[in-house]
Amino acid sequence: MSGLRLLVGAAAVLSALLVAIALAVGIGEMPIAPATTLAAVTNRIGLTEIPLRRIEEAVIWDYRLSRALLAALCGAGLALSGAILQSLLRNPLAEPYVLGISAGASTGAVSVMLLGLGAGTVTLSLGAFAGALVAFVFVILLAGTGQAADRTILAGVAASQLFNALTSWIVSTSADAEQVRSVMFWLLGSFAGVRWPDVWLASGVVAAGLAVCIAHARALDAFTFGEDAARSLGIDVRRVRAVLLAVTALMTATMVSIVGAIGFVGLVIPHAARFVVGPGHRRLLPATALTGALFMVLADIASRLVIAPQILPVGVVTALVGVPFFSVILYRARRAA
Amino acid sequence: MSIAATDISWASGGEAIVQGVTLEVREGETFGLLGPNGSGKSSLLRVLAGLRVPQSGQVALDGADLRAMAPRRIARRIAVVEQHAATDIAISVIEVVRLGRTPHHGILSGWTAEDDRIVEKALARVDLGHRRNQPFHTLSGGERQRVQLARALAQNPTHLILDEPTNHLDIQHQLEILALVQALPITSIVALHDLNLAAMFCDRLGVMKAGRLIACGAPEDVLSAAMIADVFGVRAHVAPSAHHGRVHVQFLR
Ligand SMILES: Nc1ncnc2c1ncn2[C@@H]1O[C@H](COP(=O)(O)OP(=O)(O)O)[C@@H](O)[C@H]1O
Ligand SMILES: [Mg+2]
Repeated sequence: MSGLRLLVGAAAVLSALLVAIALAVGIGEMPIAPATTLAAVTNRIGLTEIPLRRIEEAVIWDYRLSRALLAALCGAGLALSGAILQSLLRNPLAEPYVLGISAGASTGAVSVMLLGLGAGTVTLSLGAFAGALVAFVFVILLAGTGQAADRTILAGVAASQLFNALTSWIVSTSADAEQVRSVMFWLLGSFAGVRWPDVWLASGVVAAGLAVCIAHARALDAFTFGEDAARSLGIDVRRVRAVLLAVTALMTATMVSIVGAIGFVGLVIPHAARFVVGPGHRRLLPATALTGALFMVLADIASRLVIAPQILPVGVVTALVGVPFFSVILYRARRAA
Repeated sequence: MSIAATDISWASGGEAIVQGVTLEVREGETFGLLGPNGSGKSSLLRVLAGLRVPQSGQVALDGADLRAMAPRRIARRIAVVEQHAATDIAISVIEVVRLGRTPHHGILSGWTAEDDRIVEKALARVDLGHRRNQPFHTLSGGERQRVQLARALAQNPTHLILDEPTNHLDIQHQLEILALVQALPITSIVALHDLNLAAMFCDRLGVMKAGRLIACGAPEDVLSAAMIADVFGVRAHVAPSAHHGRVHVQFLR
């Protein structure tokens, strides 16, 4: 694909993302026109002075925009994590949710929430990070790296079961009824109640994660023929693996601590992006992040429209798209084996 | 410009796979490694390439211990063509060859016209320029091996380590690849199965048996009926070829 077409494509996805964010801001008990949202933003950064209703401005700034931006960041972070895991483990089915990393992060976050270790956004994220790392170690010890796709996935199933059981145990022994309700809602994945500090944390983590991943784009390319081949091309395999798995764990854990475990974004998006821009990571990683952001904002819109005025957990929407996709890839991987 | 292994042993899973191998490959020579399946050829090559760390002994590249060298420094000197290179990623031939430039780039350095020139030259050398945009996994086994050789050449190495590079090739390409390797002005270590090709193209040969290097020297000294009976368990008649002067092995029933 030529550089120009790539640039045009990137611009198109970026515009679609901005439009999707404006639409997402508009949805709710009080519908807001995209033009109003645009005006609110340009007013705030001092470009315009369009008079707006106070209440609309408050709804945009206090609730809706932070939610839409976080959805975008969350999609970018999870999709990026999936792309990294697929390349590093050379496994087309790898992604944080399927491998049980999200479940581990949930256990970590719930421990912090309910066992009285403090509950600020950052401590919650640290707890989730610790849980994600433990889950990672568990899966890698159980499956080994470079193993058959099926074996890694089985290890992921074991990790998911184990950490979900631990989470349930902690919740049922330490939480009162009110806490149980809110924890359960959060576990299913929800962008409700997202505030600006969450957005700042998520944007910092995603920006740093994207930078580290892109810096390792060539190293990731070198993994095409496996770890020995990467080493013989001069890649310090252990260091690269440790750094990138840590970055993946951090991005996953941050998202889980803010919005709960949302599955299959990390699976679907990298494959779609690879289909369009090819397997080279210098293009694949930015394309994945951008597409993941767009997908998640759309999923959030869908979750609020499908059974309106009720809200479907966004994880349900991503699973409805992701599971058929997963089945197709699993089928193809089995046939190739 | 030589690789020297001193008394190296490598074990895995409690099993000694390479045992007490001492070997020096001289600058510019083509060194052939012979031995039956499972004798430890591939394992020895991986140790020589720095991909496995021996439990005892050391490998030196121009006198410097391989263990003390950063992977990237090693990769600029030693290129490896593995026995089976496979991927399910839909990567094109030219992209595979470009991977060979990896050790010559840091995080920030960009792709240059010089890189392109080296990649094109490597691809032309293995005669696969017309396949440049074809997905790697759709190539035949022999074409894949030639692409991997081109990738290795793109690394601009001083040493080339090849594990059974002629495995899937038809006879024409077997001869071409070995002639190419022999003509390269770099040091090559090649694991081979065909004793006659080894005799034709290698300056010296080493023979592996059950993890040990049991013979090492010029083809006419190493390839004897007694060695072939001992290592491969077949009877053979060995005599100088009337056509190319090197020794020629005929197997007997
Ligand atoms: N990582 C490993 N773990 C255990 N055994 C191994 C490993 N690698 C190779 N082997 C064993 O060591 C022996 C030599 O293997 P290899 O070096 O591939 O021989 P060759 O290339 O001569 O056929 C074989 O019996 C093989 O099964
Ligand atoms: Mg072998």
